[in-house]
Amino acid sequence: MTDTPSHSQGVSVQVRGLRKSFDGQEVLAGLDFDVRPGEIFVIMGPSGSGKTVLLKHLIGLEAPDAGEILIGGQSVQSPEVMNQYRMAMVFQSGALLNSLTVGENVGLYLCEHRLKSPEEIARIVAEKLEVVGLKGTEDKMPSDLSGGMKKRVAIARALVIEPQLILYDEPTSELDPLSAVVIAEEIVNLKERIQVTSLIVSHDRDLAFGVADRIAVINQGRILSIGTPDEVRRQTDPLIKQFLHAGFKRL
Amino acid sequence: MFQNVGEMVVLFWATLLALPLTWRQRHKVFDQFFEIGNASLLMVCILSFFIGGVIALQTGPLLVERGLGSYVGGVVGYSICKELAPVMMSILIAGRIGSAMAAEIGSMRVYQEIDALRTMNINPIHYLVLPRLVAIAIALPLLVTFAILVGWLGGGFVCVANNHIGLSFPAFFSALRDTVDVQDFANGVFKSFIFALVIAVVSCHQGLITRGGPRGIGRSVTKAVVNSIVLIVICDYLLTRILLK
Repeated sequence: MTDTPSHSQGVSVQVRGLRKSFDGQEVLAGLDFDVRPGEIFVIMGPSGSGKTVLLKHLIGLEAPDAGEILIGGQSVQSPEVMNQYRMAMVFQSGALLNSLTVGENVGLYLCEHRLKSPEEIARIVAEKLEVVGLKGTEDKMPSDLSGGMKKRVAIARALVIEPQLILYDEPTSELDPLSAVVIAEEIVNLKERIQVTSLIVSHDRDLAFGVADRIAVINQGRILSIGTPDEVRRQTDPLIKQFLHAGFKRL
Repeated sequence: MFQNVGEMVVLFWATLLALPLTWRQRHKVFDQFFEIGNASLLMVCILSFFIGGVIALQTGPLLVERGLGSYVGGVVGYSICKELAPVMMSILIAGRIGSAMAAEIGSMRVYQEIDALRTMNINPIHYLVLPRLVAIAIALPLLVTFAILVGWLGGGFVCVANNHIGLSFPAFFSALRDTVDVQDFANGVFKSFIFALVIAVVSCHQGLITRGGPRGIGRSVTKAVVNSIVLIVICDYLLTRILLK
């Protein structure tokens, strides 16, 4: 039985010439970027721009047609990577196991890998649920929760892993503004506490400019710009300006 | 089709390699075992009792008419334990449990729960397929054993109750004992063990390759049941040929 360290170090991510097509339609058209250890890197772009597909490549759920992804210098396709580095992903839908209770979902990683005793798992689960504002919901079923609550349970499940790389797929979608702020604060806290590398795909501009160390804007599978929030704000590319400043007008 | 067969062989092999982990998954095995037994025991009893009764009703009067009444027990006992109980119960379980396996794993696939397992470095074969395969491989032979005994009872009951047959219980079971030996019984139970593996592998495989939302889940469930039944019948022929005395 191994023990999860309570203090982890972020890991670097390098994406080189990543290409992916589905049924002849190119979704990722040669992406190149680096994410530094311990950095919060936000990938922004309109719906259908290939953000979720990119995320699935980063955690090895999809294989690229060309190019490679290196996690800590090792290809994500090599079986050792998952054993060597702790990675977690928060899915847009939450992807909770519907046959398990909230507590069982959150403690699943520790339980299946036999990393802690049942009493310790129960304590950690309660602690992580409190972090995401869901204290005392251990015995509820996912079907009893709202979409936003499911998302927060999914974040608690990712936190339990004490990951070195955490991938968020639209972490604030379906959340009310207060919950979105709580999640954003937790993303920043995690970085400060365990220096985790966070890679977020989102079209939530408030989240991106609130938490990101660097932002990449992508469209149609290509990177339009990478830089700090201020650098991205100063971009003159019309597509980026349109995306960053789009808003409702009172008619 | 050949790709599916290849994937099923690979899935079966990967599950066999994971067998040493069964003890770690014992709670899930027990849950599945309880699910299979609880969901099917009553149906197995009703089905096998009436199958035994129908065989007795079909063959009894004909044999008695020709002065072969002492063979009724043998015919009923032999046909139930070697053929009808294993095949009929396996088809029943393919419909009830195989469909449930394909639906549950298929919905987990569609709603990204299996992706979530992979991101936690939890092997879906160990977590989902292994407990189901082990549970059904234990449960189906037990259900078939039970079905054989209840089927014999149903046959005996009809032989006693029907005026055209008019046999006593001792006469029916004495004839049965003279014809059916332990090896015949074991052959029937062994067949059901192989059928259990077929149901588990086909259903779990269909679940794991599910695509495309609720319609995809429905399609997987249908394919799991139909393919299981077809493979059960093909395996039945092959096993009967191999086990023929």
